[in-house]
Amino acid sequence: MNETPASSQPGQSTAPIADAGPVVIFRNVSIAFDGPPVLDNISFSVAQGETRVLLGPAGVGKSVLLKLVNGLLRPDQGCIELFGEDISHMPEEQLFPLRTRTGMVFQEGALFDSLTVRDNVAYQLIQERVPDDEIDRRVRDALRFVELEETFDLFPASLSGGMRRRVAIARALIRQPELLLYDSPTGGLDPITSTTIIELIVKERDVFHTPSLLVTHRLQDAFLLCNHRFEPQLGRMVPLPKGITDPNTTFLMLEEGRLIFDGSLHELVKSNNKFVREFLA
Amino acid sequence: MAIATIEKTAKNLVLTVQDYSLFAWRAFTNLYHPPIYWPEFLVQADIIGVGSLSIVVLSGLSTGGVLALQSAATLSAFGATAVTGQFVSLTMIRELGPVLTGVMVSGRNASSMASELGSMVVTEQIDAMRALGVDPMRKLVTPRIFSSIFTLFFLTIVADACGIAGGGLVTVFMNHQNGTQYFDMAWEHLRYPDIIQGLVKPLFFGYILSSIGCFYGMRTSGGTEGVGRSTIEAVVWASVLIIFVDFLLTQVLLTLLSML
Repeated sequence: MNETPASSQPGQSTAPIADAGPVVIFRNVSIAFDGPPVLDNISFSVAQGETRVLLGPAGVGKSVLLKLVNGLLRPDQGCIELFGEDISHMPEEQLFPLRTRTGMVFQEGALFDSLTVRDNVAYQLIQERVPDDEIDRRVRDALRFVELEETFDLFPASLSGGMRRRVAIARALIRQPELLLYDSPTGGLDPITSTTIIELIVKERDVFHTPSLLVTHRLQDAFLLCNHRFEPQLGRMVPLPKGITDPNTTFLMLEEGRLIFDGSLHELVKSNNKFVREFLA
Repeated sequence: MAIATIEKTAKNLVLTVQDYSLFAWRAFTNLYHPPIYWPEFLVQADIIGVGSLSIVVLSGLSTGGVLALQSAATLSAFGATAVTGQFVSLTMIRELGPVLTGVMVSGRNASSMASELGSMVVTEQIDAMRALGVDPMRKLVTPRIFSSIFTLFFLTIVADACGIAGGGLVTVFMNHQNGTQYFDMAWEHLRYPDIIQGLVKPLFFGYILSSIGCFYGMRTSGGTEGVGRSTIEAVVWASVLIIFVDFLLTQVLLTLLSML
């Protein structure tokens, strides 16, 4: 497999985004829970417009890493910067305003059972006392983006697993965040629904260019993200020409809490690391 | 081996008490800094207060009735059945009203708080709330605590009234005694210190049952099994603490009120 970044193709919509300083920086971050470190000495960054795919088998600390990014967990050692601010020891009260600038999609959606889809998607807007008319309009826009407008008045219990993830994506997008965090958005879904979710993520990436960090153990999702772009005229994602990949989509790989790979798809498939080769096999 | 187990248990206990103290203090002080979610207070007051009304009325009526039956049987040996009203009203207002209401409401609401918040923890809804920039302590815990304190105060008054009414019904229809005499005795021997004692206790019990319920709910781990465990621990500890604190409060209040 010989991958070339799409930037080499003139006129491609997937040109690299100008560097305006990283949105997230991890410097030698470690965390443990009553035992050996779950994450050990992790360093990486997420640049403006960049989509980073965090790969690794189950139980390797991927979700923990994602929760460290927006301060849901605190590191034992090291430094984490979010939007240029050190959040490693920031009090919870000060973290809330920073978190409102991020959008997070949880593993199972984490929708509020007792609220309708409308109220779930509008949760932040309701807290900010945005007028009802504007809330309705923005919720409908967000639901239209994930093609679930008809679920406006439904409760999460009446939605399928895939629909819940899509509503969770709508909730994460409604305030146009400056960073998106996806925690295994396709975990436990059938292949068709998984592709629908990845298509939404590609659409978000190519329409809004929001920097994002996506956690997955599914290699096919990672390759889909890298090998496709959203085509606005067709309203769906299309494959990039053979051998071309999205230059803003790069990879990280964890093995037993350590970061063993940080680079492009091209570098990933050429890696000589034994674990990477086994994972790709 | 045995010493290590004892040491671990003791450390866990101390750590839990420390965590609970910090949790309860933070939940309490949240009321004095914005944002305050006032609509949540009303919703919780409805769930906790109105929702618990039926069990409080029924338990109050039955307890008052039992008190009248038992006391009349004992007092008749001394020819003092006339003081049944006094006995029932003082016992209900000073002790049984607050304690029974506290225990009944904790059975219903501490368990529901622990299971509701516990389910939210294990399904990552609490993390989602934090990720959306909303403090779950302010949004979920503080309203539950203050609504419990507020509603338990009035539920206790309802339980007291029902207990005295229940005692009256038993006195008139089962013990065939004079109803006017019963209610006269119930009213005449009531003093302000008795009422103060009976109305201060529910403020503490409301705080205990809700903070314990929320505390165990918010520290749930281990999936659905963990939710069940949290629910049990919340009800057990809330009930035990209510009875223990009642003992301490009674001692303190008797001392303080005797000085008046």
